[in-house]
Amino acid sequence: MIWEAIIEPFLQFGFMRRALLGCIAIAVGATPVGVFLMLRRMSLTGDAMAHAILPGAAVGFLISGLSLGAMTIGGLVAGIVVAIASGMVSRLTTLKEDASLAAFYLISLALGVLIVSTRGSNVDLVHVLFGTVLALDNAALILLCSIASLSVFIVSIIFRPLVLECADPQFLRSVSKLSAVTHFTFLALVVMNLVAGFHALGTLMAVGIMILPAAAGRFWTSSIGGLMVISAATAVLSSVSGLLLSYHYSLPSGPSIILVAGILYGLSVIFGPAGGLVVQNLPRRHYKQ
Amino acid sequence: MLHFENLTLGYDRHPAVHHLGAQIKDGSLTAVVGPNGAGKSTLLKAITGVLSPMEGRVTFEKISRNDVAYLPQQSEIDRTFPISVVDLVAMGLWREVGAFGRLNRKHKARVKDAIEAVGLTGLENRAIGSLSGGQFQRALFARLLLQDAKLVLLDEPFSAIDSRTTADLLRVIHDWHGEGRTVMAVLHDHDTVRENFPETLMIARELVAHGPTLQVMTRANHAAARALCEIGTEPPQICEVRSA
Repeated sequence: MIWEAIIEPFLQFGFMRRALLGCIAIAVGATPVGVFLMLRRMSLTGDAMAHAILPGAAVGFLISGLSLGAMTIGGLVAGIVVAIASGMVSRLTTLKEDASLAAFYLISLALGVLIVSTRGSNVDLVHVLFGTVLALDNAALILLCSIASLSVFIVSIIFRPLVLECADPQFLRSVSKLSAVTHFTFLALVVMNLVAGFHALGTLMAVGIMILPAAAGRFWTSSIGGLMVISAATAVLSSVSGLLLSYHYSLPSGPSIILVAGILYGLSVIFGPAGGLVVQNLPRRHYKQ
Repeated sequence: MLHFENLTLGYDRHPAVHHLGAQIKDGSLTAVVGPNGAGKSTLLKAITGVLSPMEGRVTFEKISRNDVAYLPQQSEIDRTFPISVVDLVAMGLWREVGAFGRLNRKHKARVKDAIEAVGLTGLENRAIGSLSGGQFQRALFARLLLQDAKLVLLDEPFSAIDSRTTADLLRVIHDWHGEGRTVMAVLHDHDTVRENFPETLMIARELVAHGPTLQVMTRANHAAARALCEIGTEPPQICEVRSA
């Protein structure tokens, strides 16, 4: 029974195994980035970046069809241009980062929609929007795994400056020139992981696997390392459960995965020991001093 | 140690400090006083290099910007960030350890000593979000201790801090002074200044007085400083900026 429900779909179907591998790669690569996005109160930035990537990917798609390379490069270029441009505006002028980012991603989105509409709409574009996790080919899997590995590697290298840039940017600027480098490297990581995510989950759902597990993790631990482990585990669990749900009930897989992550988030909000609703409203024993 | 030459600082063409000339001596312990809006914080920002002068310059003698430690008035630290006291304090070793270096046993001992020096022993592993205002300020002082800077700049370090914490942190400042470090602190409490700071720099958008504290903190100087900072007493005049 359990075997049939949980193990067999993966044993029987190659596309399920591929989907699982792709999702695990995304989970491992994107969640550490998501943890930092959340800690920097930039969760919505992730969303904005995802919107900024969409037109780039669409342009890549229009130029050379459903090509992995063209869409990846298009998405990366659009995302990085928006990240750098908005970062420059916020660092060089009085406009805050959120406002400048909103400005740039809206411009980018409008531009993308305009380009797409001049070439006529295409049904295949739905793949870009909502992903094709059940149709990942070898090249796509290699890309996802490479991006995940590179992302984990870079996060481990810039970990200390990144923590400092999040906790006390003023101090980092006063002792080191790494502040701007760290910031833009981090934004590049966000873009990279979103681009990886959209191949499987679509541009709109890719942010979900980044942010929801991190937000859920915050209710279980307050250490950064713990957050990364818990959120990665949450993301993997969501991927497996989401894929199985979509298999058994013929649901679209991307939204299923994100919804499971959403349910885990909801449970964490209620039952999480680190500031969850139940704990906060229970009378607790505490130290006398 | 530090020269201000014809220093004009400001934001968006509105100068906060005008044509300031002064010299901070090696190893001096100087209070920077003046009314609100006198340009005290602006002056410290110019020393750290965060703010570029509109005119004139700040020159360092025998030290570089890397030897300066700065405690801002309102730090941008995110107090909800999940980081412990010991991690926050250890950031002070950044210049020695850098982005990738390991904390060796000596470093760890120094972190422990710094935490002890500010009286936070026992709270090392507490999250910074759970500290009181005074405890948090103590932690920031411990971080300054580890920065081992030749010039320490403090912007209103004792605002919203109780008297016992203030006394403890003043002791830290006196230790710095004893070790020959140069300290500049923006302060509002006149008694604290008189009792603890041998030198005073009084500014009110321009230099009012600079020298031994008792000669600077006079009723006449305070009145002059207040008058200079009154708003609307004179129409803004264009002050030509010569490119530095």
